[in-house]
Amino acid sequence: MLIPHPLLGPRDAAEFVYLGDAGLLERPVVDDLAGNPAILGDTATLDAFHEYLHLRTNPAGVHRELWFHEQGDRSWLVVTRDTVTHEVTGCELATDVVRGDVVRDGATATGPAPA
Amino acid sequence: MRYSAWKVLKEGLTGHTGWEAAFPDPDPKPAYDVVIVGGGGHGLATAWYLASVHGITNVAVLEKGWLGGGNIGRNTTIIRSNYLLPDNEPFYELSLKLWEGLEQDVNYNAMVSQRGILNLAHSDAQMDAYARRGNAMHLAGAGGKLLDTAGVRRLAPYLNIDDARFPIKGGLWQERAGTVRHDAVAWGFARAASSRGVDVIQNCEVTGIRRENGRVVGVDTDRGRIDAGKVAVCVAGSSSRVMAMAGMRLPIESHVLQAFVSEGLKPVIPGVVTYGAGHFYISQSDKGGLVYGGDIDGYNSYAQRGNLPTVEDVAEGGLSLMPMIGRAKMLRSWGGIMDMSMDGSPTIDRTDIPGLYFNGGWCYGGFKATPASGYCYAHLLATDTPHPSATGYRLDRFRTGHPIDERGAGAQPNLH
Repeated sequence: MLIPHPLLGPRDAAEFVYLGDAGLLERPVVDDLAGNPAILGDTATLDAFHEYLHLRTNPAGVHRELWFHEQGDRSWLVVTRDTVTHEVTGCELATDVVRGDVVRDGATATGPAPA
Repeated sequence: MRYSAWKVLKEGLTGHTGWEAAFPDPDPKPAYDVVIVGGGGHGLATAWYLASVHGITNVAVLEKGWLGGGNIGRNTTIIRSNYLLPDNEPFYELSLKLWEGLEQDVNYNAMVSQRGILNLAHSDAQMDAYARRGNAMHLAGAGGKLLDTAGVRRLAPYLNIDDARFPIKGGLWQERAGTVRHDAVAWGFARAASSRGVDVIQNCEVTGIRRENGRVVGVDTDRGRIDAGKVAVCVAGSSSRVMAMAGMRLPIESHVLQAFVSEGLKPVIPGVVTYGAGHFYISQSDKGGLVYGGDIDGYNSYAQRGNLPTVEDVAEGGLSLMPMIGRAKMLRSWGGIMDMSMDGSPTIDRTDIPGLYFNGGWCYGGFKATPASGYCYAHLLATDTPHPSATGYRLDRFRTGHPIDERGAGAQPNLH
């Protein structure tokens, strides 16, 4: 597989380390942790972190996922790839995705990519 | 029809005209007590133990493809029970004991061959870890023996024992481990379950899970609706896709694992050998081919084929462990899709939806677990309580903080 790095062009996937679903960019926000430390034991908070850390949609088809260019420029990328065909259809810098610089039609930062 | 040496002799003398089909090919009935989704090894084993242990025979096994076409026919055929953690070891030892009596139990030759497994250690720390693991095995009655360098040399003198970088310090030897003809396991369980009245239905894809008043009442298939008292999902590799039909997200990612076979060679490897300094394991089939594998490719995949960097990585592991195989030609390779769970351990449990049960998350250790997985899943389906050997394999163990992390890699499936 080749990863179309936005800065370096197509790079061999063997240069990268894989982390998983790009949903990992959206860690639950804990409101007012300093004022209310007990919130970490709160059921809703635990549910949110359990879902974030352990549960995956794991689609057969288009998947947005995090790759780290360990043997390259050490950037984190959000790669859009089909898990059935291994075809890579998109690649953005994760920092751009998090900042919201990447605007795609109707899609959120880690939502499904346009068809 | 029972298979026996006498039957083989008789058929040999009468022109092999008396053999019947091993199992029938029925059409689905409108309703069953239990519908098992997935006719792989685990699903068929579940059907067999439901029928033989619990007397529940109004059961259908629905298989999208054909028997032996999924992971039961794609693994590297190894059986063993050399685990460490108390939630794992008794379960896998139960499995090994079931393997030991399997052929007599189902009256089918699955070529169970207890030729042993040797896990190699390359450092003092690894030897300590294997001593601890061996003790855990003995506590569960699984046996096991810690070998020093000389012991390893006696078993497998051709290994790269005196390597400067990864010298072999010893190993953990489990004599009762071995290999099994993997697709015969599917056929044997299917034949045995069919003989007790179970319907094994191939080419029948489940397209939906039906619910009424919150309870699961059956499935939709491409061959019509089938009502069920209980629906037992058992489709490791595709668990997320099937459970999504019931609106569930799982602690599982699907990854591709490759396996390889060399050309046929004279007998050389006594059992299964695993490398301790890289991820590589190898055995030799009865036909002489070297059967070997290594790591998963490492990224989510449903493709049933892998990529070349992993082929190279596995070959490098093999050459550093056993330089002599460098002259052997690789004959074929293939990929299978693994349910990689968040802690590397499986799940056999009820779900929050009444009537819906789940068995999956076997990572790349599912084959050796086949009989115990079916045995414990059947126990759960029949009694609604977990089998004592499988109480740790709960679906909610991540939420409650009780993962079974044999590898100690945390919630990152591609590291298990």
